[in-house]
Formats: sequence, structure tokens, C-alpha cells
Amino acid sequence: MEEARAAFLAVDGDASYISGGQSLVPALAMRLQAPAVLVDLSGIADLRGVELQGETLRIGALTRHADALTHPLIARHAPLLNAAAPFVAHPAIRNRGTLGGSVSLADPASEFPAMMLAMGAQMEIFGEDGFRRVPADDYFIDLYQTALEPGDILTALYVPSVGPHHRWAFDELARRRGDYAMVGAGILAHMDGALVESARIALFSVGSTPVRAPGAEAALAGRLLDAKTIADAQRALDDDLDPPDDEHIPAAMRRHLARVLLGRLLQRLGETP
Amino acid sequence: MSASPMSDFLPVTLTVNGTAVSRMVAPRTTLADFVRTDLQLTGTHTGCEMGACGACLVLMNGEPVHSCLVFAIQADGAAIETVEGLTERGAIEDLQRAFHERNALQCGFCTPGMLVTGHAILEKGGLPDREHIRDALSGNYCRCTGYEAIVDAIERALREREGCA
Ligand SMILES: Cc1cc2nc3c(=O)[nH]c(=O)nc-3n(C[C@H](O)[C@H](O)[C@H](O)COP(=O)(O)OP(=O)(O)OC[C@H]3O[C@@H](n4cnc5c(N)ncnc54)[C@H](O)[C@@H]3O)c2cc1C
Ligand code: FES
Ligand code: FES
Repeated sequence: MEEARAAFLAVDGDASYISGGQSLVPALAMRLQAPAVLVDLSGIADLRGVELQGETLRIGALTRHADALTHPLIARHAPLLNAAAPFVAHPAIRNRGTLGGSVSLADPASEFPAMMLAMGAQMEIFGEDGFRRVPADDYFIDLYQTALEPGDILTALYVPSVGPHHRWAFDELARRRGDYAMVGAGILAHMDGALVESARIALFSVGSTPVRAPGAEAALAGRLLDAKTIADAQRALDDDLDPPDDEHIPAAMRRHLARVLLGRLLQRLGETP
Repeated sequence: MSASPMSDFLPVTLTVNGTAVSRMVAPRTTLADFVRTDLQLTGTHTGCEMGACGACLVLMNGEPVHSCLVFAIQADGAAIETVEGLTERGAIEDLQRAFHERNALQCGFCTPGMLVTGHAILEKGGLPDREHIRDALSGNYCRCTGYEAIVDAIERALREREGCA
């Protein structure tokens, strides 16, 4: 890892790390980036593996999208990743793309970065002063901008394991399977029967970073998950969002889609025992 | 780990269609360019070169990957199989026959990628429904056939292998 950092820093930042290459290589092909040096992280053993450490699942940065679909520990302890994985790109891309690469890139339309927020995960980063951990709430800063400083390596994702009182739901609205979503969201709720004790809601494709929905979360906390609560959460969501107005999808349409999606997901939360 | 200045050539050793290959390659040579140009295996096509069309799919250690999104040096030590390899060892004879009989190709540009994805579906086994087949094909673009015939052909090959043709 020191070796990789040294190689990166040796060229004054004119370098890129490469993991799965499924975002970086297209960017190079389109000449969006032209680093002098590529530093391949894929041989670093410390970035691999999925293991349970007490109540926390450590997911090595090189864990592939395909593993999020099939790894039993991920399915059991971080089910939102498992639920999101089928929506990420296409099968062959999932065979190469890594969770660490996705969370490093922090595309605001990506599924996994948003799920870091929903799950309250921590990113482990190796940098100048060794290792540090950054909670997801502090990690996403702006468009493609994260707590990663130049030369920093994202080493692992630490995800709190879900317990028997957790329920979750994920979905997205896209034009075509595998396309980036027009709007997507994941919810992780702590529930006692139909009572929502607390909920974390994260949305993607609604702004320059993945976002939490504190208003909607507050509208749910301490309430029974009935039609009125769902309607209140949907209303509150409006103030949580500030979607961009782009030529394909006007802001008002994104707000509408987000509202519909939230309603659907909450409905589903209520139905799963 | 490799820090790779653009100019220097690097050694790569891998197996391609069962044959061991050692070459010097420029670090930014994609696996697609490597098999097409260095190895003259032109069955693998390159369309978009950005992971969108699926014409360049090959098997890397048995799994479909886009050869336009892998650098040849990243395949060091790997086992690569292209559509030529699958054809030569008869692994997709039934699939190719089904494509032919069902007219599942017109210009043929997408066909190598379709066959690699089709092979992966067949290897998984079982009888996935058409929805699943379409899902598995979501990364393969075909500008000619409208997909119906391709899904038909894969379904037919699946049924034959499951012995319920
Ligand atoms: C056709 C197509 C469709 C796609 N559809 C989707 C989709 O629907 N949803 C989605 O989320 N993604 C999608 N992707 C992107 C895909 O999921 C990528 O695999 C992922 O975004 C990046 O992972 P990677 O390992 O390939 O990263 P790379 O491409 O290797 O790297 C991406 C960036 O992160 C940096 N980086 C990588 N690893 C680290 C690390 N450990 N520490 C620090 N920096 C690092 C690199 O320097 C680079 O800037 C799609 C890609 C393609 C080509
Ligand atoms: S050439 Fe590789 S996906 Fe199009
Ligand atoms: S047959 Fe022409 S692209 Fe598919």
C-alpha cells in the first residue's frame, strides 16, 4: 500500500489508481482523463476479502459488484448492497467493477455510494497519516468529490450488521435495466412491529452527491408505518431535495419520481414482516 | 502492483484459448486490441470501446468481461477465451446452430458478444425465463435484429441442453 502511494505521489499527482477499471478505462478512452501513470491496486491483498468483525462487516475495497450479489455475508449483514447490486450496470461489468472503485468515484447516479449513506457505513482510508475512518455522512462532499485526498487509498467499507429489528428496501426508476437511474433510493429502518423507531433514507441521481433525507426520516421516527405516516414522509421529502434541472429530466419530474419511489419503498417496508 | 509510464513495454504472460502466450505490450493496450492485433483473433469486435455495446466480451478465468475495459497487462496470469476458442472446442456448437436456424444475426457485428453472454447463460444452466435472458443480455447491443430472435436462439439452446427441446 505504501508502494502504491509512493508510485502515485512520485509523479506529482499525475496518476490514477485503477481497481476494476470499469469507470476509469472508459474515461481514458474518451480522453476525459489522461494521467501519466496508472497505479494498479488489484494486487494488494489488504484490499480484499469480506469478514465479520463483531457487529461490523468489513468489505475490502476490491470486492467486486458480482460478490455483492452472491456473497453470503453481504446478503446476511449488508442486505441493501445485495438488493442494489442487480441494478448496477450489466453482468460483465459487475464481474470487474469493485465496490471500492464505485465508492471512490462517488458518481451521484451510482447505487453503492448512496447505500453507504443508508447503511451508515464508514470508509477506511489509507493516507499520509496511516489509516483513518470517515463516516458516510462526512464522506461525500460534492460532485465526484469525497473525503479522499490525492494519493489516498480507500481500503475498506465498514458496514454495521443488520439486526432482527431492521427492515430495508431498495429500488430505482430507470429507463432500461442497467442504465443509470433517473431516481433511486434505499431505506434501512429499525422497527418494532409496525412502529418505526428510526430510519435512514438515502437517494441517488437527485443532485451532485448521494443524499440523506433528514426531513422524511424525522417524519417516520417514532410513528406507526401507516398511510398517513407515508404521506407525511413523502411531503417532507420535498424539502430534503434540491434536484438539478437538466434537459432530459426537469427538477419537478425528479421530485415527483422521488416521492413516488419513497411511497413505494415505505409501502414495501410495511409489508415485509 | 505496477506503476506504468506510458512509453515502456511490459511483459505479459497468459493463456488464450488454451495456448500459453508471452508478449511485450504497451501498458495501455487493451485486451481487445491485444487479441485482435497482436494475436490476430479478430472474432472479438470493438464497437464503443467504453463498455456499452458488449461486442468485445471475452471470458477471463471463465467469466464474461469487456475486453475493451481491461488492459492486456491486467490479464497477466489469466486464462482468456475468445469466441474462436469457444468455437474450436465445440463449447457453443448448439448455440451457434440455434443462432443460425433462428436467424439471430444480420450484420453479425454483435454476434461474438452475444455468443459469449449466451455461453455464460448456458453454463449457469437451468431454464431461466425470457425476462432473465433479456436481463443477462442488457449489456449487449444489437442494432439489427431487435433481440427477439437472439432470445429465442438462447432459449432453444437452453432447452436442448436441459433435454426438453
Ligand atoms: C456501460 C457501463 C454501465 C455502468 N452502469 C453503472 C450503474 O448503473 N451504476 C453504477 O453505480 N455504476 C455503473 N457503472 C460503473 C461501474 O459500476 C464501475 O465499476 C464503478 O463505478 C467503478 O469501479 P471500478 O472498480 O471499475 O473503478 P475504476 O474504474 O478502477 O476506478 C474508478 C475511480 O476510482 C478511483 N479508485 C478506484 N479504486 C480506488 C481505491 N481503492 N482508492 C482510491 N481511489 C480508487 C480510480 O482512480 C478512478 O478515479 C457502469 C459502467 C459502465 C462501463
Ligand atoms: S467495445 Fe467493449 S463494450 Fe463496446
Ligand atoms: S446483427 Fe447487426 S448488430 Fe446485431
